[in-house]
Formats: sequence, C-alpha cells, structure tokens
Amino acid sequence: MTTTDRTIPGMGMAKGLWVTIYTMFRTIFRPGKYLATVNYPKVKEQPVPRARGVIALDQEACTVCMLCARSCPDWCIYIEGHKEEQPPSTPGGRVKVRSTLDRFDIDYALCMYCGICVEVCPFDALFWSPEYEYSETHMGEMMHDMDRLQDWLLTVPENPSLENQG
Amino acid sequence: MSQFITDLFSNFWVSLAGKLLLAALVVPLVGMVIGFAEMKLSAKMQARVGPYFAGGRWGWAQLIADGVKFFQKEDLIPVEADKPVFKVAPVLVLVSTVALLVVIPFGPDLAFRDLSVGIFFALAISSLSTVGILMAGWSSANKYSLMGGLRAAGQLIAYELPLVLAVVGSVILAGTMSLSGIVEAQIEAGYPYVIVQFIGFGIFLVAALAELTRIPFDMPIAESELVMGYLTEYSGFRFLFFFLAEFANMFSLSAIASTLFLGGYWLPGIPEDTLVYAGPIILLAKTFLLVFVMIWFRWTFPRFREDQLQSIAWKWLIPLALVNIAATAVFKVFL
Repeated sequence: MTTTDRTIPGMGMAKGLWVTIYTMFRTIFRPGKYLATVNYPKVKEQPVPRARGVIALDQEACTVCMLCARSCPDWCIYIEGHKEEQPPSTPGGRVKVRSTLDRFDIDYALCMYCGICVEVCPFDALFWSPEYEYSETHMGEMMHDMDRLQDWLLTVPENPSLENQG
Repeated sequence: MSQFITDLFSNFWVSLAGKLLLAALVVPLVGMVIGFAEMKLSAKMQARVGPYFAGGRWGWAQLIADGVKFFQKEDLIPVEADKPVFKVAPVLVLVSTVALLVVIPFGPDLAFRDLSVGIFFALAISSLSTVGILMAGWSSANKYSLMGGLRAAGQLIAYELPLVLAVVGSVILAGTMSLSGIVEAQIEAGYPYVIVQFIGFGIFLVAALAELTRIPFDMPIAESELVMGYLTEYSGFRFLFFFLAEFANMFSLSAIASTLFLGGYWLPGIPEDTLVYAGPIILLAKTFLLVFVMIWFRWTFPRFREDQLQSIAWKWLIPLALVNIAATAVFKVFL
C-alpha cells in the first residue's frame, strides 16, 4: 500500500486533505464520540488513579524525621516539631519521648511534583492525590499547611493492587 | 419616499459616501465571519470544540471579544522604528483589501464601480498590500520583521506573475477585462470557465494562497523561524488591521476567483431575470466555498521551505500558465 502510494504524485496531499475533512465531519456530527477534548469547567476528566495532582499528608504517621524535607530538590517542604514527654508505662520506668508535628507546609508554588518526598517517606505519611484544582489568586496562598494537607488525604484513592498489573 | 431615496443616491457625493460606508462595514464583517469560520472549522478538523463560551452559544462572539481586546491594548511603537511608515503600513494593507472589493460584481449592475479594466485594477491594487507588508517589515527596526518583509516581497513577486497569467486565460476567452463583462461572457457561453480553464483556476488558487501568505505559503510569518515575521512589532489595533485585512483579502480573492472561473453571480439553470436577487447569494455561496477550501488547505498542509516556494512558482506555475495561455489562444482562434 505505502509503496504504491508513493508512485502517484499528489497522493500524499490528497490523503492529508481526506484526513482533515473526514475528521471535521465526524467531529461535527458525532461530537460525543469523536471529540478529543472535554469542555473543562463544565465537564471534568477523571484523572488516572496514580496521577500526580497534589501531595497529601497523614499527620498520625509522620515522625518528623525530616527525610522528605531534606530530599526535596526545591526545598519546598517546611517542617517544625518538638519532643513531647509521655509518662512511663510502668511506675519508675523511663520517660518516653515522642516527636510531634508543629508545622508541615508544602509550598506548591515551588514544588515540581517529582514525588521524591513520597518515595522517601519511611512511614507512609505522604501520598499522591489526583486532585488538581487548587489554583489561587495570590502566590502566598499556594503554601498548604498541615491541616490542608491532611484534608487532601481524603481524596487519595486506593492503591491499585500490584498483583493485577502483570 | 422611494423617489427621494433615488434622488438622494443619484447625487455623486451621497452615493460615494454610501458606498464607502458599505465597504467599511463589509470588510470587518466579512473578516469576522471568516475568522470565526476558521476558528471553528480548524477546531473540528483537529477534533476540538473551538470557541465555546463567548456570546453564550457556540462562542459566536469570540471575534468581537477579540476585537475589543485589541482596542484595549497599548499602541506600542518601537523606539527605533520609522514611525510614519510604521503607522501607514497597516492602513495601506487594509486599503488594498477594501479597494479589491470595489470591482467585484455581486449581481447584474451591482458593483461598487464596474471598471472596464476591472481585473487589471484588482491585480494592480492587490499588489499594493505587498508594499504595505514590506513597509511594515522595514520600519519595525527588528531583524525578524525585516526578514519577514523581504520574504514577503520575494514571495509576492514570484506569485504575482502566475496569478496574472492565470487570469489571462479567462480574459482571452471573454474578450474583456471588465469583471461583469467576464460574467456576462460566461452566461453567453453557457458554462463557467473552470471547465476549460481548470489549469488556470488551479494556478489562480495556489497563487492566491501565496498572495495571502497563508499556510502552506506563510514563510513571511513563519512563527518557528521569524517569531511573527513582519507582524512581530505590531500590537493593538494596528495588528487588528493586518488581521482583518488577511481575512477580508481571502474573501475578495475568492470572490474574484469565483467571478473569473466559476461564473460569478450566475449559476447554470437559474433564470436570468432572477439574478438581480439571487446573484449576490450565489456569488457569496461560491466565495465561501473557496474560502472553505483555503481554510481546509491551511489546516492540512505544513509550510513549504523558502526555496521550494520559489521553485514551485518559477519552475511549475509560470510555465504551466504560459502553456495554458497559448492553448487558450489557439482554442479561441480556431474553435
């Protein structure tokens, strides 16, 4: 087929013209089926489960180890914490120390969505969420504090099971 | 009342003012209609929606919104620019477009001015836009603009020739240069000239595309090489002038092509006494068909290389047009 097409001069141009007019008519008459785009603010596309939309934080799991903040190429994660002393479990025992989170901010104006923080987290406190609608009118508001990051956790989908991906 | 109107328009100055007003209305209107058609059709050809929200439905007000936007913009003129030339250039391009409309017959006795050398006038005046483009490129004080302007000059000189030569075939057949005369000759012959002048028609279409500097012949603009070519430094309503001129020029060149080759305001089988009313509609239908073909070509083909462009004109179109003229002359004399 391709070899014979080349021997006829102008065949390629005719084919090109056919493609555009065919696409035009089929888009006009059956937009529901052939339209490649969606009408964004009115219609929304379902992002794929592993889409890198926004990073969610599970405060309970975080141990303030700072691995994510140190591995961040953009230095967009701000972590502050303090140690809290807990009473010993048995009388006369040693005082337990637990690190608690005071501040966990991600500046999405800086974030480049590399996901290194999610990968490096040893206690599974960070997750990718496919949500993408969090634009702001001021750049400062792109700094999400730990409560907002916690809220994103509700949008994190179940991980697709690894077994069924072969 | 009707007597009063007839008297009023028989006054030279009043009729001149009326015609000017009409032409000044037709150019932006047609430019917007074609511009919108291009936006929508190109979107459909790429399986997109195109303008959607402006105006509430189908985005019909998109180009009006764009026009308003252009008027709001700052009128920037580069410091180094040759200011008077820079300011005159878009006006000159638009004037050549408006002047092209003057000779097109929209029906029997329905032309702004029916010149006996109509097609000659049209071809001469359409080259005026070349001067405007060259002025724009030269005066912008920008290397990209200058390159674009020079490319435009080279391209338009190369394609002016096949355009003129393609027209000659129809002129020989009709024996007149008046555009309404050519239409009348086609009515008399009983067939549109495209049947015998199909080579001329093809050459005219290709050369007209090149005259309009549209893809696949848009080397003077060539975004990937020259930023925006001669348009680089233009903004606001001066850019709008170029924009409108491009679309209105598409309309007038298509109208001239349909007048010369497709029978103008006449369609075989339509009784001649209804042409007064049906004529403009028929001409508009043919014109918009050709405009559609131009849009279709634009969204299908990639840009030619500069040397390919020149070799198409000088090695193919001009010899072909000359052969066509010779054949037409022989046909005319011996048949």
